[in-house]
Amino acid sequence: MALTAIAFYVLAAVTLGAGLSVVLAKNPVHSVLFLITAFFSAAGLFVLMGAEFLAMLLVVVYVGAVAVLFLFVVMMLDVDFGSFRQGFTRYLPIGIVVAGILAIELAAVAIVVGTRGAASHNAGPFVAREVTNAEAIGRVLYTDYVYFFQAAGIVLLIAMIGAIVLTLRHKPGVRRQVIADQVARTPKTGMRIVDIKPGQGIEG
Amino acid sequence: MSIGLPNYLAVAAILFTIGVFGIFVNRKNVIVILMSIELILLAVNINLVAFSVYLHDVVGQIFAMFVLTVAAAEAAVGLAILVTFFRNRGDIAVDDASMMRG
Repeated sequence: MALTAIAFYVLAAVTLGAGLSVVLAKNPVHSVLFLITAFFSAAGLFVLMGAEFLAMLLVVVYVGAVAVLFLFVVMMLDVDFGSFRQGFTRYLPIGIVVAGILAIELAAVAIVVGTRGAASHNAGPFVAREVTNAEAIGRVLYTDYVYFFQAAGIVLLIAMIGAIVLTLRHKPGVRRQVIADQVARTPKTGMRIVDIKPGQGIEG
Repeated sequence: MSIGLPNYLAVAAILFTIGVFGIFVNRKNVIVILMSIELILLAVNINLVAFSVYLHDVVGQIFAMFVLTVAAAEAAVGLAILVTFFRNRGDIAVDDASMMRG
């Protein structure tokens, strides 16, 4: 039990420290790297809770796809990131005030829910003995929530199409292969028979 | 000192707050704003998973998966918009991005 507590506090501290560094880092590349750290330690928290499948999903989807996408975009854009810091001190007081109020409210709700809410009747975290976490999720996801699952797929498809449509551009003056023209070509349009007289060249 | 639901909820609450704070202090830097939104969604996911585990109901983890899906889609579209915006204007200062105002 003590080992669990140590692991929780280490992972929570790393998550929150990395999250704060994401927000406060001067260089956006460092922000992305701290974001990856935060995701990794949050995945560790998920493992600690017994949600291994979601933890792996977090590592694969967030660290493997989203964070790398951020890294690509940050490195691709040639922007002077130093100029973005100038409004920082101006918005710092209001940010601290709003964030502090929000933190106090959320922490109060968390404590009340944890001590008196519905979850307080259940002593400990639920660890399924008979099925694995992934199997438990699959049994619910592919039966009761199969339409939502399909809708999530459609959301991803639309996002993919949207991203492609937004970033695709046709440069003028680039010769592209037009497959329809190639397929529609017949011997009649593709060649001609020339009757060459002796001693004369061919023209045209 | 046992670790229970309030501990996880407190971590999620602080992470959510950090995300909101990041949106406030990085008004000009749209990339960090997008990353702050990712932090907020991560906090929501921690909440969902914590409740799912302590209420002995796996549906919370399914919802966390959907949140993950939407977060990935949002990041992809947001960054695509950012790249297009950068191509058209040459920088990504969002505070004077008012050409759609009409």
